[in-house]
Amino acid sequence: MGAQAYISGVFEHPTRKAEGLSLAQLHADCAAGALADAGLKKGDVDGYFCASDAPGIGPLNMVDYLGLDVRHVDATEIGGASYLHHITQAQQAIADSKCNVALITGAGRPRAGAATYWLPQSPDVPDLGFEQPYGPATVALYALAAQRHMHEFGTTSEQLAWVKVAASHHAQHNPQAMLRDVVTVEDVLASPMIADPLHKLDCCVISDGGGAMIVTRPEIARSLGKPLVRVRGSGMAIKGQAGGDVDLTTTGAVKSGAAAFDEAGVRHADIKYASIYDSFTITVVMTLEDLGFCAKGKGGAFVMDGNLISGVGKLPFNTDGGGLCNNHPGGKGGMPKTIEAVRQLRGEAHPAVQVPGCDLALVHGTGGFLGSRHSSATLILERE
Amino acid sequence: MTMTKTTRKIPAPTPLEDSRDFWEGAARGELMLKHCEACGRAHHYPRARCPHCFSDRTMWRQASGRGTVYSWTIMRRAPQPYTLAYVELDEGPRMLTNLVGFAPDAIEIGAAVEVVFEPTEGGPPVPMFRPAGHD
Ligand SMILES: [Zn+2]
Repeated sequence: MGAQAYISGVFEHPTRKAEGLSLAQLHADCAAGALADAGLKKGDVDGYFCASDAPGIGPLNMVDYLGLDVRHVDATEIGGASYLHHITQAQQAIADSKCNVALITGAGRPRAGAATYWLPQSPDVPDLGFEQPYGPATVALYALAAQRHMHEFGTTSEQLAWVKVAASHHAQHNPQAMLRDVVTVEDVLASPMIADPLHKLDCCVISDGGGAMIVTRPEIARSLGKPLVRVRGSGMAIKGQAGGDVDLTTTGAVKSGAAAFDEAGVRHADIKYASIYDSFTITVVMTLEDLGFCAKGKGGAFVMDGNLISGVGKLPFNTDGGGLCNNHPGGKGGMPKTIEAVRQLRGEAHPAVQVPGCDLALVHGTGGFLGSRHSSATLILERE
Repeated sequence: MTMTKTTRKIPAPTPLEDSRDFWEGAARGELMLKHCEACGRAHHYPRARCPHCFSDRTMWRQASGRGTVYSWTIMRRAPQPYTLAYVELDEGPRMLTNLVGFAPDAIEIGAAVEVVFEPTEGGPPVPMFRPAGHD
């Protein structure tokens, strides 16, 4: 066990359509919310972390806009999993005495009009010419993985639908969730086919919003009077097309999960709650397999019959409604995933979905596209 | 029967220094693949340096243009629906592409396909795949 760091403040912006709010303003409001949650002031922040959803040259523009005085920054961009990775980066920076109080912000406003294009579209991107002509829409790239998973393992659309059903059961209790209606397997299957085999209700929401998190060194965390949420283990991985050795049915979670469990020194049965990146229902099924919550190919069976519903199943997941129902700000869901895990560990989730005695949680982020190249980041968080 | 023909406008790829030969081959109607003299393996998309062993002794060879469908999806809601797929080439690499000339209910994983080149908007044609044995 090396670096010790705690998540001392979190804030999820309530907006889902940010009319009248600039992108930088969203970042700032989220930062203010997380600082207030932690009981810290802007002047306490000496490290800043953001991904490419931050306008401009990330930290250059945002440190100036926010009026920060920092001695460490990091702007690692690995898609929607970026913010999980920022937690690990902040933990390391704190251990190396590069900062004491790390602020992480993320935000987006695709619905309010100003779409933030973080995808690299430069002709210098080596794969661009071999993919762009074919129309590699995000949903299509996940559909390719789902189609192959069904072929290899017999996974069904009904099984995928259970992921959405579970998310909707949680979202009904979240007043800020975009979609609060409880849906059934039949509802999912009856929704329009978008990209075979993924239906409309297999897809996450498109939302504006954002969030922020504060990571602190132990002495500071203990001085704040908040429940102590410690980063116990983490791991990350990048998986791509491997020069043509394309494998669509496993994710980088195989590696990121193993690394996180190894560092944390805990077992799957110890995990009381999991935030699993849910850009699409298939993302959850494959991730649960690759993290080792069930055997490879058995993810479909694992998620059936409400097994992911808090108070019903064995592995309560995404109790805020997740990206499927609550929030997927700017197309990057790693921030709300981490925030809901912190709420669960603090006992601050909605009473209807709070996991009793939640002392150990896992967060998993997937950035990019399962069908071409993606990042995986896993965190194991503990309440002390 | 509706065929999944590609009638949408296809954006032109930009040939780069290490992919120019691929696109010149495409203009001739030839599917070019990179082979590594050091490790003996083919790769796609093409690089100057082998992604498997990192040797720079890579050579262009014309591929057979035959393969099988590894996975597929139809973008149903696009203004002009199209089929995104991975095709496993007989030479080994699996490449992202479009399927054309299939009836939507006839596409299946494992189906035999052959290359066909479709025009782009002001650039070199791009390789797509149709059912094998197409006349
Ligand atoms: Zn080689």
